Amino acid sequence: MSDIEQIPVTMTINGKKVQRFVEPRTLLIHFLREDLNLTGPHIGCETSHCGACTVELNGMSVKSCTMFAVQADGAELTTIEGMANADGTLSALQEGFRQMHGLQCGFCTPGMILRAHTLLKENPNPTEEEIRMGISGNLCRCTGYQNIVKAIQYAAAKLNGTEFQEAAE
Amino acid sequence: MIPGAFTYHRPSSVAEAVAILVSHGDEARPLSGGHSLIPMMKLRMAAPEHLVDLGGIADLKGISDDGGTITIGVMTTQHELIASDLLASKLPIIRETSLLIADPQIRYVGTLGGNVANGDPGNDMPALMQCLDATYVLTGPDGEREVPARDFYEAAYFTALAPEEILTAVRIPVPPAGHGYAYEKLKRKVGDYATAAAAVVLTMEGGSVSFCSIALTNVSDTPLFAQEAGEILAGSTLDTATVVRAVAAAEAITEPASDGRGPAEYRTKMAGVMLKRALAKAATRATS
Repeated sequence: MSDIEQIPVTMTINGKKVQRFVEPRTLLIHFLREDLNLTGPHIGCETSHCGACTVELNGMSVKSCTMFAVQADGAELTTIEGMANADGTLSALQEGFRQMHGLQCGFCTPGMILRAHTLLKENPNPTEEEIRMGISGNLCRCTGYQNIVKAIQYAAAKLNGTEFQEAAE
Repeated sequence: MIPGAFTYHRPSSVAEAVAILVSHGDEARPLSGGHSLIPMMKLRMAAPEHLVDLGGIADLKGISDDGGTITIGVMTTQHELIASDLLASKLPIIRETSLLIADPQIRYVGTLGGNVANGDPGNDMPALMQCLDATYVLTGPDGEREVPARDFYEAAYFTALAPEEILTAVRIPVPPAGHGYAYEKLKRKVGDYATAAAAVVLTMEGGSVSFCSIALTNVSDTPLFAQEAGEILAGSTLDTATVVRAVAAAEAITEPASDGRGPAEYRTKMAGVMLKRALAKAATRATS
C-alpha cells in the first residue's frame, strides 16, 4: 500500500499551526481525532445529521465528518479544545453549559458549544427561536434541549454584559 | 465509514478543471460543497478515482447583477445566498428556499451548483430554478453552452451535464419588482428532504394574475415545471374554482415514490396543498 498518495496540509488549529501529510480520502474528523489526538469533536452519526463533529472552520460551523482534510488546507479551525479562555478558565459558553445543566451524557456537547460559538458571533443577541433554529443541525439524544437553549442564553447575556434572566416555565 | 481511495485535484481555473475531467472521463467527479457526494462516497455508492475539487476556483464564486439578469457562481454557498442583500431585494424566494435546506452547518458548505447539478429529485433548488426560468451555463472542452433548467433534468441523478463538463454559473432573469413569491415545503423535521414542496412566482395587475410560474419538488424523478397550472391561473383573480383547477393540473403531473415520507397518493395531495399555500402567500406579497 506504499503507493497511496499523501498530500501535505497546513492548518491553524486552536491558534497552533500544524503540518501533516494525509491520504486524500481522510475525513477532517479522522484527521483531528487520529492524527492530532483532538478527540473533543465526536463521531456520532457519520451521516451529516447529528452535528457531534461540528467544528469552526474559517468562521463557519462545519460538520467535520463530511469534509476531507485536504479541503481544509490553509484553514483556521477551532475545536472544543480551544474554547477555554487563555488563562484556563471556562469561556462564557462553557460556563453557561455548566451553570444551566446544559449537558447530560455530554456526547453532543462539543458540537453544541462550537455551533453556539459561531452563532453568537453572527448574532450576539439571539431570540429563543433563533437559538433553536441555529442549533437545528445538532441533535441531543438525551433530548436536553431546554437547558442547552438556556446555556446559550446565559452565555449571550454574559458576553453582552447583561444579566441572564431565566424565562418563567 | 471511510471512502475509497482517490486522487485529489485542486485546479485553480475552470479550463484546468475541464482538462482534468477530459483526461479521466467518467472516473472523475467534480466536488463542490460535497454534502451530497461525500456521504455517497462514505457509503461506497460513489467511488470516483479522481476527485476534482472546485473550491480553489475563485471565478466560480459570487453574485452579480447586470440589470435584467442575476448571475450566481456555482460555488456560492446556501449561507451566502441567504446573506446576499442583492438577492433579498430582487429574488427573495432564493433566500426563503435556502433557509429550508438542510441545517446551518450544511448551508455554510453546500453550494447552489452542487444542489442543482447533482440531479437529486429531493433537492430544493432545481424546482426553484425551473420556476424562475433559470439557465445553466455548462463549460466543457468545446467552450460554453447554455441549457434551461426546465430542460436539464432527465431522471433521478441523470441530467444534461456531460461527464467532461462543469456547471459554472446559473443565470436568472429578474422577475418584475413587486412580484409575489413563496416556497412552501412540507418536511418531517429540520434537515429532511421535502415530502412535497411548491415554488410560486406571480405578478398581479388590478386584482388579477398577469403571470404565474409554478414548479414542484420531490414528487417525481425530476423537478416538475407545472406549466399548465400556471397558465390556468393567468388572468384569474385566484378565485377558489380556478385555484382548484390549477391544483388539480399540478397534482396530475406528479409521480412520487411511496417511501418513509408517505404513500404516493399522500405526497401528490401534499404537493397540491403546498401549491395552494404558496399561491395564497405569493398573492399577499404581490403589489398591484
